[in-house]
Amino acid sequence: MLLIPCPHCGERPEIEFTYGGEAHLVRPADPSTLDDAAWADYLYMRSNTKGVHAERWRHARGCGRFFNALRDTTTDQFLASYRIGEPKPAIPTGDPR
Amino acid sequence: MSRWRTAAGGRVDRAHPLAFRFDGTRYEGLAGDTLASALLANGVHLVGRSFKYHRPRGIVTAGAEEPSALVTVRRDAARVTPDLRATQVELYEGLEAQSLNRWPSLARDVGRINDWLSPLFPAGFYYKTFMWPKSAWKSLYEPVIRHAAGLGVAPSEPDPDRYAQCYAHCDVLVVGAGPAGLAAALAAADQGARVMICDEQNEFGGSLLADRHATIDGTDAATWVGRAVAELAAHPRVVCLPRTTAFGYFPHNLIGLAERLTDHLAAPAPHAARERLWQVRARSVVIAAGSVERPLVFPGNDRPGVMLAGAARTYLNRYGVRVGDRVVLVTATDAGYEAAIDLRDAGVEVAGIADLRPTANGEWPAAARAAGIEVSESATVLGTSGNLRVAGITIAQTTASGAGGARRSLACDAVLMSGGYTPSVHLFSQSRGKLRWSDAHQAFLPERSAERERSAGACRGVYDLAEAIADGLQAGADAAPSRTASARRIAATSARSTDGGHLGAVPLASEASQKSFVDWQHDVTIKDLAIATREGFRSIEHVKRFTTTGMATDQGKTSNLNALAIVARAIDAPIPRVGLTTFRMPYTPTSFGTFAGPSRGDLFDPIRRTPIHEWAAAAGAVFEDVGMWKRARYFPEHGEDMHAAVARECRAVRSACGLFDASTLGKIEIVGPGAAEFLERLYVNSWANLGVGRCRYGILCREDGFITDDGVIARLAADRFHVTTTTGGAPRVLAMMEDYRQTEWPDLEVWLTSTTEQWAVIAVQGPKARDVLRECVEGIDLESAALPHMSVAAARICGVEGLVMRVSFTGELGYELNVPADYGLGVWKAVHAAGAGHGITCYGTETMHVLRAEKGYIIVGQDTDGTVTPDDAGLSWAVGRKKPDFVGRRSLQRQSMQAPDRKQLVGLRPRDGRTLLDEGAQVAEQPNQRPPMRLVGHVTSSYQSAVLGAPIALAMIAGGRARLGQTLVVPMPGGDVAVEVVSPVFYDPKGERINA
Amino acid sequence: MRETAVRNVPDLPASDWMRPLPPATRVAFQGGPAARAAAAQAFPLPDAQAVCRARRDGDRAGLWLGPDECLLIAPATTAAGALLGALRSAIGATAHSLVDVSHRQVGIEVRGPHAERLLNGACPLDLSLDRFPVDMCTRTVFAKAEIVLWRTDEQQFRVEVWRSFAPYTAALLQEIARDYVG
Repeated sequence: MLLIPCPHCGERPEIEFTYGGEAHLVRPADPSTLDDAAWADYLYMRSNTKGVHAERWRHARGCGRFFNALRDTTTDQFLASYRIGEPKPAIPTGDPR
Repeated sequence: MSRWRTAAGGRVDRAHPLAFRFDGTRYEGLAGDTLASALLANGVHLVGRSFKYHRPRGIVTAGAEEPSALVTVRRDAARVTPDLRATQVELYEGLEAQSLNRWPSLARDVGRINDWLSPLFPAGFYYKTFMWPKSAWKSLYEPVIRHAAGLGVAPSEPDPDRYAQCYAHCDVLVVGAGPAGLAAALAAADQGARVMICDEQNEFGGSLLADRHATIDGTDAATWVGRAVAELAAHPRVVCLPRTTAFGYFPHNLIGLAERLTDHLAAPAPHAARERLWQVRARSVVIAAGSVERPLVFPGNDRPGVMLAGAARTYLNRYGVRVGDRVVLVTATDAGYEAAIDLRDAGVEVAGIADLRPTANGEWPAAARAAGIEVSESATVLGTSGNLRVAGITIAQTTASGAGGARRSLACDAVLMSGGYTPSVHLFSQSRGKLRWSDAHQAFLPERSAERERSAGACRGVYDLAEAIADGLQAGADAAPSRTASARRIAATSARSTDGGHLGAVPLASEASQKSFVDWQHDVTIKDLAIATREGFRSIEHVKRFTTTGMATDQGKTSNLNALAIVARAIDAPIPRVGLTTFRMPYTPTSFGTFAGPSRGDLFDPIRRTPIHEWAAAAGAVFEDVGMWKRARYFPEHGEDMHAAVARECRAVRSACGLFDASTLGKIEIVGPGAAEFLERLYVNSWANLGVGRCRYGILCREDGFITDDGVIARLAADRFHVTTTTGGAPRVLAMMEDYRQTEWPDLEVWLTSTTEQWAVIAVQGPKARDVLRECVEGIDLESAALPHMSVAAARICGVEGLVMRVSFTGELGYELNVPADYGLGVWKAVHAAGAGHGITCYGTETMHVLRAEKGYIIVGQDTDGTVTPDDAGLSWAVGRKKPDFVGRRSLQRQSMQAPDRKQLVGLRPRDGRTLLDEGAQVAEQPNQRPPMRLVGHVTSSYQSAVLGAPIALAMIAGGRARLGQTLVVPMPGGDVAVEVVSPVFYDPKGERINA
Repeated sequence: MRETAVRNVPDLPASDWMRPLPPATRVAFQGGPAARAAAAQAFPLPDAQAVCRARRDGDRAGLWLGPDECLLIAPATTAAGALLGALRSAIGATAHSLVDVSHRQVGIEVRGPHAERLLNGACPLDLSLDRFPVDMCTRTVFAKAEIVLWRTDEQQFRVEVWRSFAPYTAALLQEIARDYVG
């Protein structure tokens, strides 16, 4: 069970959270202007990152807030977490432990 | 006292003899014994038959790594635990144990024929032999193999024991309470850290419990252990957990511990938990798991009586048991000599020592020679003799050319073997730490940690006692949050030498006629590994799967490194290149009950009951599970079956009045100035134009355009909506709404609150519904002019403030009364009483389903399946045409989503007017087709309609709305059924009743 | 017209260490800092920055549940309507949400020297006093139930749980307690 850093509540156990998939995918302001391919790209295509991945979590059984986090998908280590609307931080270097 | 029990010494209590049975024979042991030590004290070495060849097997080790001595312990018919390691089973008065895998008895086992036939059963045998005929596998081969091979038998009765679980947190978790672990815990506790220390054994001390020669802090090992344990136990911030195995290392320093609470007790308290699962979140972990002595792989090494030298030393020094009268040591280490000399000092004859090394000149070999024991250097083993117990061993000297030199046969009743130590890196590896091969240690050692974790002592190759203790002190101090250096100093001297070691088979083993076992538990020999390499397998992961080496319940604790070395030699590759198999949890087998904990029976899942549940139960309702909810399905009267009860309930609603508990409906209050706009963007419908006090049926799609939920939404105020969802969809819809609210439209000032459980919902449906409500509702005009269909008003309901919603899921005049949940039962009773004069009848979900199907109302998840658009469901009227956007709109614009041949919701009526279609049945155009049939759709809902006196069905049919009047066929088990495609609205198509 | 319907609360077990708390008036507040500050004039509410903390005034308490969310608990003698009215007038025109959730959930008190351990039987948080001090509160889980956990004293917690999950929560607490309190 991961220990996930909620930007509001601090580190909390994974069972309090729900996963929200890749972060920073913005719903188009006017979807009707997109052609089918562009819409399909928004709906379905994901980066499937190996390494540092920006992803959404929700502290559903905690403060209820969605937030974004940087997690290394090869090690499960969280490098950063930040509130919705905040920019993706530069990837910190050094040993996350 | 048996002649194998020493007169004094060890940690057993000679004042407390314990009687026990093994395979029905009564024996006596002592408090403090394990089953293994007690059997050995009685001269019993034969304890089992092997997995595949049914060879007689004995006790090889004295710990968790035991690959051979597996037993079943039986307390009663339901408390039968198979495959326990006899070396870990603590003796208690009356213990009853049985050997495995033998018939009719351990000494006369007919399965032994497999051993004589063993040339027929090499590795890969099953894969290659039982290929033909294909049909024989299930009926013949598999049952026979399963009977002949295998380990213990699982109990057939439910487990009557309780299992506990808990979460715990600490600064430092120390795994293993040997010298390094105890030192680490003391050092961490010195720093004020919250410490937990666990050890799989019944008492702390690890290797020190069997060490005669060490001196620590000026005293003997046992005394020092006693002091250290007492200090830890008295420390307020230290938790000591003996009999507790750290079986799994999970991400972010979550460690799974299995604590055995009652298995060592003769008479556990009746309801005491048997085991406890600890989920420990540790800031830092110190792994002090020690090391495992390696067997030597020589011909005939599996005979009962052949065991690890360190095990023999443990049986002697810890349990006061001599493992034989006359022993031979086969060793590649100096440590083996320590066992031989300890045994000699205890009066055991040491018939000889065969050292694989070309020279044995250390302190210990010198001591052995001085004691008059003959030491052969450059020795190897050619074979052993004896049937049910080793009776002799043939050793030879290897010469420079490798050929066997002079051979000697020594009579003996036990053979001790010592191939060196393998650090226990299991937990470290589970933590995703990286291992490296150490040539100096001839072992894999922890190199780089992935977690806040540190190995200490023998599990990272630090074998010397003083160094291991210092390593533990350092690790404990480093792990504590304060991270200041430990002021504690522990002086230790040990006589142990860990020089030497051997990997793989002994010289000439492959030329011997006797089998040389690598993996005792899975009966894997050096020959099997040779076959695997001949077959072309190069990676140990592949060799493992082909031969099953290391795949038994011991996970190869004693065998993996030898197997690796043998394969490496066979393919002439360095060991690291052959690779290392992955260590997986659990470290030792762990009961299912421990994982399940209290989540059994009524506590398996929450059972959610509505405020009206008790009344319904008392009224004889039959319930069904809807998610976690219990819902009344129907209310049988006078012995009615479901069919009769539902027909009666349906008629009552259509002709008079029905009462229905709809409390499980999901409810979400959406509040704020942005509430209407929020719904506008989310649901397919228009909301801005919905007046206060009015309701609208809403459809929610996912972004892919498919229906995900539906429900009535009431506007309570300009900035307040009461949204209802399906019973099962409530949490999902709220989560989806929060997602859009927080992440896509944070600009909207709107908030969501679940009110599912705030309100009890009582549906009053039927032509007499208004008459009933007149007696219950105050403060509003119930007439249609004031409260038309799809409207809502606050009112006093049986004296309680609530909401009256005029809505209908039955097609009749209907209301849903929302009252605060604590009043739900009281209001239900009052409405029921008020309706008595109007023919009020309670109905359940089954009737609700029939009534809504008669009206063609869909149930999301039954008539839809995640690929149904609003138009497919015949609901395009609900979609706001002028809206620029809503969730799913762009997907619905795709051409394929508007294709005329998409499956559409229609009604079906069997032409014969009586056959009830199967839900889920497929629908075809032509009868009597042979597979593959051309299918055009499927039945989603099917009921007997009481009001129509005929069966009806809803179906999703390709191009269905253009087929009205057509005849299709539904293939059913009894033959094709001809059906007519009709409108999905079977009853009151003009909706006159609902607006009455 | 018939007499006023009777109120029925969920039937939960009581013992030395656990008891169902009497019915209470509860309001779910959501809104930004301005609305929260305004509401705090009418009811004790923790600041938005007071993460996972309850603010108490007599028998009323506001619990921080999220950066824009609080749970307000008052004795049942305070009518929900009256409390909502007072809050609305305090907050005025600032956007916010107030919803009566008095009946949505029930309170269960767990107390005594084993309280931490009993809760840690199914709650994964570190409940030691230095990590979960008095008046810390949070939404979390208790096995398969979602709860709000509030430490009301060194050896006393209040569990708020949706009413249909309350029997499960209480029964599981009792099962856990068998290993500690007999």
